[in-house]
Amino acid sequence: MKSVHIAEIIKNEDISENIYDMTISAPEIAEYAKSGQFINVYTGKGEYILPRPISICGIDKSEGTIRMVFQVVGKGTEIFSSLKAGDSVKVLGPLGNGYEIEECENSVLIGGGIGVPPLLELAKNIKGKKSVFIGARTNPILVDEFKSLGADVYVATDDGSEGFKGNAVELLRQINPSVDAIYSCGPKVMLKAVSDWAEEKGIVAQVSMEERMACGIGACVGCAVKIRKAGEEDFTNLKVCKDGPVFLSNEVVWNE
Amino acid sequence: MSNLITSVNICGVEMKNPVTTASGTFGSGREYSEFVDLNKLGAVTVKGVASHPWKGNNSPRIAETYGGMLNSVGLQNPGADYFVENDIPFLRQFDTKIIVNICGHSIEEYCEVAEKLSDADIDMFELNISCPNVSEGGIAFGTQPKMIEKVVSEVKKYTKKPLIVKLSPNVTDITEIARAGVSGGADALSLINTLMGMRIDIHRRKPVLANKMGGFSGPAIKPVAVRMVYQVCKAVDVPVIGMGGISTGEDAIEFIMAGATGVAVGTANFANPYATMEVVEGIENYMRKYGIKDLSEIRGIID
Repeated sequence: MKSVHIAEIIKNEDISENIYDMTISAPEIAEYAKSGQFINVYTGKGEYILPRPISICGIDKSEGTIRMVFQVVGKGTEIFSSLKAGDSVKVLGPLGNGYEIEECENSVLIGGGIGVPPLLELAKNIKGKKSVFIGARTNPILVDEFKSLGADVYVATDDGSEGFKGNAVELLRQINPSVDAIYSCGPKVMLKAVSDWAEEKGIVAQVSMEERMACGIGACVGCAVKIRKAGEEDFTNLKVCKDGPVFLSNEVVWNE
Repeated sequence: MSNLITSVNICGVEMKNPVTTASGTFGSGREYSEFVDLNKLGAVTVKGVASHPWKGNNSPRIAETYGGMLNSVGLQNPGADYFVENDIPFLRQFDTKIIVNICGHSIEEYCEVAEKLSDADIDMFELNISCPNVSEGGIAFGTQPKMIEKVVSEVKKYTKKPLIVKLSPNVTDITEIARAGVSGGADALSLINTLMGMRIDIHRRKPVLANKMGGFSGPAIKPVAVRMVYQVCKAVDVPVIGMGGISTGEDAIEFIMAGATGVAVGTANFANPYATMEVVEGIENYMRKYGIKDLSEIRGIID
């Protein structure tokens, strides 16, 4: 049986404007977790009833810990940001299907905003050459950590405060790295641009999608994305939580 | 457990306890069976089933609100054939009753799904004439007494099992709606479906839901639900399944005191995957605390 756990917070600190880096002790989650999956975190407040789905940024199986880097976007994440080491939090996971690691020479990882963190655990598990593109409005996150994994890291900021001025996909097109596999996470508009680039390269990208969800386990059918499988005429609404969050770029119906 | 009598009888269907699930919040039980023992539920009320697959609405379909949430899923479902092949065999592994919620865009579609399921291995039907998220059918049927009477009496021709009619709270006088259901042939009533609601994202200056409006549910709506169950139980003689904001045993007892025979746990499942079990146990704890042997001792005790 699955279960909701009470996890102790080991560390929780802000690493950028409105972005927090939290590590929790959750051996039963760490044991099964893989990159690209997410955790339901409960607010513990009756007025904010729904769990918040937060992507996994790091998994330490030997320590039994899970790292989540999240952005404060509303009341729930605001509550999480105020938690301190030693506090506890209710969590459920790992949820969803993660990335499938492709055995190949050249991997491209591209993340935008708070879509960057799940790529860090992924990068740890990818062999061969890794080109990582990090996009941000102004403050790019986790740059040094990707570098320490031996990745070629390229940074784009909307305001040009760091690295390339523009978005991460524009930078990707400019650098135009050799590529056999593409992994991405970020806003839908970015994922669509990644999908277009992948198509030009004759590759199917793995894209991690986001939608507002209630249950996180496939029951409420709230987090629908339109997916058209190869050979099918019409789309089906699949669930980000259960069928995703990672989908194949050539199956997502991008234009709505 | 031992000497407590928690079982209830709804139209000849014996449930081991009054607790079921609110349609659309529990799928067909599969997801939650990983958290709770479905054998301990009086019944599972499944997500709405139509005669053919429905795609549902565009995303976003979910918005949280203070003490509750909005949804505009739009009854996405894989259709009656899928339900019969996959969900009934799954649920029959458990010792619980199956209530199948049926939906349609027209009287013909309601009848079609009822006919398709008329010989299926289920225990009761729940007619969804109150979903606020579909443009035709749903709430369009559930707010006009004459239309309710007509759709219920037509569907009743195909249902060989007891028919529960699920009522919308988005009406002026719930008792008039309840009476229309009963005169159409409803064997039981369930209420309330969600309240119509809306949220606006002031930063983007747009509605949060793609469908603009959605159904409001969760703890915040409980007083409205208790009031309507109370009014309906005074107005009609058929059994009532009460729902709307139930997340604890105490919540369920309120509905039973208002006159409900059954109670359903809905949005609370999203907030707490163990909610159904906690409601079952909470009811038993209440009975023990106050020395109640049988729930009939407190059912409808409010004047």
